[in-house]
Amino acid sequence: MILQQLQEKFPLEIIKTGEGYGNLFAFVKKERSHEFFTYLRDEPALKFEFLIDLFGVDRLKLNESPRFEVVYQLYSLTHNHRLRVHIKVPEEELVISSVVDLWKAADWSERECWEMFGIRFEGHPNLKHLLLFEGFEGHPLRKDYPINKRQKIPIPGEIV
Amino acid sequence: MSMKDLFAGAVITTRVKEVVAWGRKNSLWPMPYATACCGIEFMGTVSSYFDISRFGAELVRFSPRQADLLIVLGTINYKQAPILKRIYEQMCEPKWVISAGACASSGGFYDNYSVIQGIDELIPVDVYVPGCPPRPEAILNGVMKIQEKIVAEARGKVVAA
Amino acid sequence: MKEMALNIGPSHPATHGALRFFVELDGETIKKSNVEIGYLHRAFEKHSEVSTWTQVIPYTDRLNYCSSMMNNVGYCRAVETLLGVEIPERARFIRVIVCELSRIMDHLICLGAAAVDLGGLSNFWYFFNVREAIYDFTEKLCGARLTTNYTRIGGVMRDLTPDFADGIRKVLKDLGSAIRDVSRLLERNKIFMDRTQKVGIISKEDAISWGFTGPCLRATGVPHDLRRAEPYYHYDTFDFEIPVGTVGDVYDRLMVRFEEMRQSARIIEQAFRMIPEGPVMVKDPRIALPPKQEVYRNIEGLMNHFMLLMDGIKVPAGEVYSATEAANGELGFYIISDGGGRPYRVRVRPPCFLLTSAFSKMVEGGMIADAVAVLGSLNIIVGELDR
Repeated sequence: MILQQLQEKFPLEIIKTGEGYGNLFAFVKKERSHEFFTYLRDEPALKFEFLIDLFGVDRLKLNESPRFEVVYQLYSLTHNHRLRVHIKVPEEELVISSVVDLWKAADWSERECWEMFGIRFEGHPNLKHLLLFEGFEGHPLRKDYPINKRQKIPIPGEIV
Repeated sequence: MSMKDLFAGAVITTRVKEVVAWGRKNSLWPMPYATACCGIEFMGTVSSYFDISRFGAELVRFSPRQADLLIVLGTINYKQAPILKRIYEQMCEPKWVISAGACASSGGFYDNYSVIQGIDELIPVDVYVPGCPPRPEAILNGVMKIQEKIVAEARGKVVAA
Repeated sequence: MKEMALNIGPSHPATHGALRFFVELDGETIKKSNVEIGYLHRAFEKHSEVSTWTQVIPYTDRLNYCSSMMNNVGYCRAVETLLGVEIPERARFIRVIVCELSRIMDHLICLGAAAVDLGGLSNFWYFFNVREAIYDFTEKLCGARLTTNYTRIGGVMRDLTPDFADGIRKVLKDLGSAIRDVSRLLERNKIFMDRTQKVGIISKEDAISWGFTGPCLRATGVPHDLRRAEPYYHYDTFDFEIPVGTVGDVYDRLMVRFEEMRQSARIIEQAFRMIPEGPVMVKDPRIALPPKQEVYRNIEGLMNHFMLLMDGIKVPAGEVYSATEAANGELGFYIISDGGGRPYRVRVRPPCFLLTSAFSKMVEGGMIADAVAVLGSLNIIVGELDR
């Protein structure tokens, strides 16, 4: 039902939809992603008030193209339904528009996603390191980052 | 009449060093540097059931300047490392360090880009307590080992950690 | 007046672990606040990619270390969904029992520590005694007090001990009197009320937008609980209530937790009555380790044992998101499998993460002393926050 409605509304953007293990999901192109999410949040029949989670996936070793994607877990309190949206992000252009203005929950999640995968969020007010120290080089959750590649112990900056 | 008979057991003779060590040993002021799971077990150690105050170490201080025993409980990662070092430097001599738990001692099973493989890369450690997390009894044992070390140092012995 | 900047943490008694926040003060009023996390980032998600499916379970213990069994259950449930395995009926009830016990343990710490931050130390001792009593049983169950590693993919590690039900019933009785003692000390205490009521208020709309779940969302008046909204493990057959607050301040958040402990005790009591006899692990040689007598006596058992330990469980390729209601809110695991013996990607959705991200918003405009009260009421567990 939800998927059908989305396909009618965004026929060009949606790559594929489906259901797996009880989860509904949709793979979407990134061009009009912000508009797409605004629709998901505000449309009365959908009403996804919750951005439950936002994170990146690196599909390097699954041999899929494009390599990166950003995954949004949405939940609607009103209708008690869920949707998982995958936005494909090609490696050459690691930019996607931010959804901080729609859901405040995206604030830290997008920072984490940038830090771990190097995907930039356009329109995010404060895109800097969250979990790692300032000056950390590379993006550790990418598949080509070795798990035990260590960097120098940082020198603490000013207190404030 | 010998000296012993004169005071009839009311006086003990000893050396100043040993008296000081006795005092230090029984009034350790620990500073728990609790970052992770081991910190919860330290809460268990200070609470009523295990009661660390039986060993004179119940006066938990959160300022390094007032403490003489640093107990590092939990994983130390790269972001944390400079802070731990600074806190150690802020403590006054004499000071002792317990590294409680696998993570603090060796990084535990976190061998990755973010975790320091043992706090001895940063600061000297007196006692390592094994366990993930160590039981309260093990932490108490660590405190007792520190006490032994304090006494031994006063007697001029070198004790291996 | 000149504004002052104040730094709290990362090593501070009130930060409940390693968390740092800067505040900009005008007198005692907080003008602006900024939280910095990451002091316990242990790369859980990266580690899961190089561990076998079973080896990830001990890492999940150390996410929310106050209620580790819930994390075990959340992860195993996600993997089981991907495997298409139905766990035995008895194992389901055992999981419900240990989950609710963990919820109680988590709330005990949260309430005890929050009261300590406000200057009431004795509450902490009252609660910790009960916690110690529960520890005795978790220890009998799985050998560890805190980091339990109790569930397995396909069931639980071992059955409940024979004295478990009676022992826990007695503990729950003690819990009841501990809750009574503490709520008498706090509930109508003038100082406590002044420190917590109308402090750190967050509205319903804001809480939803910030992604609040669990007790902190319910304190704002939204009766959302995954045990009701998306029931799992027969939660729809248990009789329990979902406590909600009205204002969404610190007081409500703490009081909701008091009531949730009582409700959890009710669920455990019902589960003890309903639990059937039977196996606690699925009988599938591709998932469950064979019993030791078979490993030692016949070649097939030995081979199964060897294969499982060396190659791990093979999980069919697919992607799944599975969420359970943990002590702090929705604990979700999103798992991608490429069909091999190791997860391709494990993403955990930690409830704390989103609660903490709203901390700045909640304290801005309040007094500096209130920041500590707000932090205590959110129940920040850094292991889960930074992963």
